Amino acid sequence: MDKILVAVIAVLLIGFIVWWFFGKHVTKAVTADVESDGQSVDVVVSGGYSPATVVLKQGIPAKINFNRIDPSSCLEQVVFEKFGINEYLPQNENHSIEIDTSKAGEYDFACGMNMFHGKVVVKS
Amino acid sequence: MSIRNRFIFSLIVSIPILINMMMMPFGYEIPGGVWSQFLLTTAIMLVSGRGFIQTAWASFKHHHANMDTLVAIGTLTAYLYSVYAMLNNQGVFFEDAAVVITLILLGQVFEENMKHSASGAVDKLLNLQAKNAEVLRDGKMVTIPLSEVVVGDILRVKPGQKIAVDGVITEGNSTIDESMVTGESMPTEKKVGDAVIGSTMNSNGTFMFKASKVGDDTLLAQIVEMVKKAQSSHAPIQKVVDKVADIFVPVVLIIAILTFVVWYSIVGASAVSTMLFTVSVIIIACPCALGIATPTALMVGTGRSAKMGILIKNGEVLEAVNTVKTVVFDKTGTITVGKPKVTDIIGDENQVLKIAAALESASEHPLATAILDKANEKNIEDTNLQNFQAIEGKGVRAQVDGQSAFVGNAKLLEDSKLSAELQAQMTQLQNEAKTVVVVGLNGDIIGLIAIQDVPKPSSAVAIAALKKAGMRTVMLTGDNQRVAQAIADQVKIDEVIADVLPGDKADHIKKLQEQAPVAFVGDGINDAPALTTANVGIAMGSGTDIAIESGGIVLVKNDLMDVVRALELSKKTFNRIKLNLFWAFIYNSLGIPVAAGVFFGLGLVLSPELAGLGMALSSLSVVASSLLLNKTKLATA
Repeated sequence: MDKILVAVIAVLLIGFIVWWFFGKHVTKAVTADVESDGQSVDVVVSGGYSPATVVLKQGIPAKINFNRIDPSSCLEQVVFEKFGINEYLPQNENHSIEIDTSKAGEYDFACGMNMFHGKVVVKS
Repeated sequence: MSIRNRFIFSLIVSIPILINMMMMPFGYEIPGGVWSQFLLTTAIMLVSGRGFIQTAWASFKHHHANMDTLVAIGTLTAYLYSVYAMLNNQGVFFEDAAVVITLILLGQVFEENMKHSASGAVDKLLNLQAKNAEVLRDGKMVTIPLSEVVVGDILRVKPGQKIAVDGVITEGNSTIDESMVTGESMPTEKKVGDAVIGSTMNSNGTFMFKASKVGDDTLLAQIVEMVKKAQSSHAPIQKVVDKVADIFVPVVLIIAILTFVVWYSIVGASAVSTMLFTVSVIIIACPCALGIATPTALMVGTGRSAKMGILIKNGEVLEAVNTVKTVVFDKTGTITVGKPKVTDIIGDENQVLKIAAALESASEHPLATAILDKANEKNIEDTNLQNFQAIEGKGVRAQVDGQSAFVGNAKLLEDSKLSAELQAQMTQLQNEAKTVVVVGLNGDIIGLIAIQDVPKPSSAVAIAALKKAGMRTVMLTGDNQRVAQAIADQVKIDEVIADVLPGDKADHIKKLQEQAPVAFVGDGINDAPALTTANVGIAMGSGTDIAIESGGIVLVKNDLMDVVRALELSKKTFNRIKLNLFWAFIYNSLGIPVAAGVFFGLGLVLSPELAGLGMALSSLSVVASSLLLNKTKLATA
């Protein structure tokens, strides 16, 4: 009896994993706050980037403040490939990275092992 | 808590658990028995293992699964099951959770150290800079911090001192060791008018120089910037890896569940052994070796080549080099020294030289320098010049002392024709690898000037090495066919495409690309389109900023052998990436079926501890394999 029960639970679990990891899930984009001296946005690094999509205005100096709560070594680096930025994020501290907003476009960023992904969208 | 401290804690605490495990067969037990095991493992889970669980939970909420997910689920399963078993007086395996956490943290400690040392190498380059500089201010020499030096300052460098910034010598001479920037091991002689590079070492003389580039504009700062960009770039092959990694972890979880169901519900194994198989599958599958396979190799490869004065811009270039079958060279300044000299003058020497020098005084062509040098040597006086006009790829026209004059190649001749005698002399000179320009005045041809540019000593050797590597070599030049062929014969290049107008170089590259991927080596401003068009653009060091901007690989030194080295190193690095990926995949893909107990009938099983060790080893072997790139022998070095 318990063997059948185990099999049933297993099927349900597999179904859940497929839906949770492979299904389509919408992520929300956050637009940076524009102030007199530039724009900035906070990104919390914990098992990924929240928010994972950041929208910036073109031509205004921009800063992204990363705050890494996550202890894993994977997320300790953040890499903006197109900008050539590769920096270490201290844990539980704010770490600002300046973003060049002179050209509109989408710029991906990722952790050191390229397993967690985020995106900066520069809009005109 | 840092990874190192988490590792040390779990190592110390797991020692009693390990002792207990080894003593068990002899009937001994640590005091407190199962309960001490429970307490010790709980401490490890809380202090060292909590990080994995936090990350796993946080990524789970993002619909992500990664290696922390696997470590967390694997160790939690082992731990929670053991607690349940302990309360029901059944066999426990606390030691599995403890040992797996310790070993995985060990792998991460190594990985972290190596990552930091690889990326730190570039920043060390910047530390090579001098801290202070002796600068002429208000007529006196004062010592100021490096950051206060501005363009145009006159600096003094004494023997044994570091040169602060990039500039040009204005007074004195010396021998300078430039190995830290260019990789050139022989010290170079420098005199007035020669360029010096910031951060290089002055050896015996004292000299003054004028600062031309400071701060972020210096060659060293630009090299560091370029290498940093290259090291954070990804090879296109990485995209495939990322896709695999994204679906890998959930698939592993599904395999683990299936393993459990098959052993428990179908084979009918005990709960304990079923649990062991499942945990082993989860642990062996950690894809972290996969994640570091490309970045570590890229870092070591680009770092090593940078030390040799070869700057590879990104991972895409590395991958492209692997396909290159044809190497195309620009002639002047690339195959040849680029310092042409006047060898013969046909006609009235003084008059020909006077007209030519007047015309060329406004030109920027390399051949112009040769003519002006000769005119200086002969003390030819300046003449009045008007309506100067440069005709691309042909020559220049202007009014000299009120008379229309021109100097240029045969393409410039429209109305006037060369006499048979001059034509014969021209052919003769061209066959001797001399470039011939025609000088005309009032519509008549008054003479010829022959200019020769000799091949660099390294050109023939480099071309032979490329041919040996199976490359097709081509020379692309705006020069006359006969001159180009004569140079080609000296350096034994396969093919010559001559009489090419500067704007057409890129089109010729495109034509060659139809047959096979092409690397183009060049240095001039007019080479920029060709550098961009080619699959791999290699910009020579003496080149202009624009050429450096357009090249995928930049050679700091002006040595053609570096082309061979650059291609070899790129290939080696890319092959290493592929080898790393193979190692990372083989551990996971061979390990999973063994861990799942597929070969149980053959007596081949993998306990969770061994799986954890395999995990740590797979990361270690990938990092070690990347670091070995620093040591691989180069055929050309």
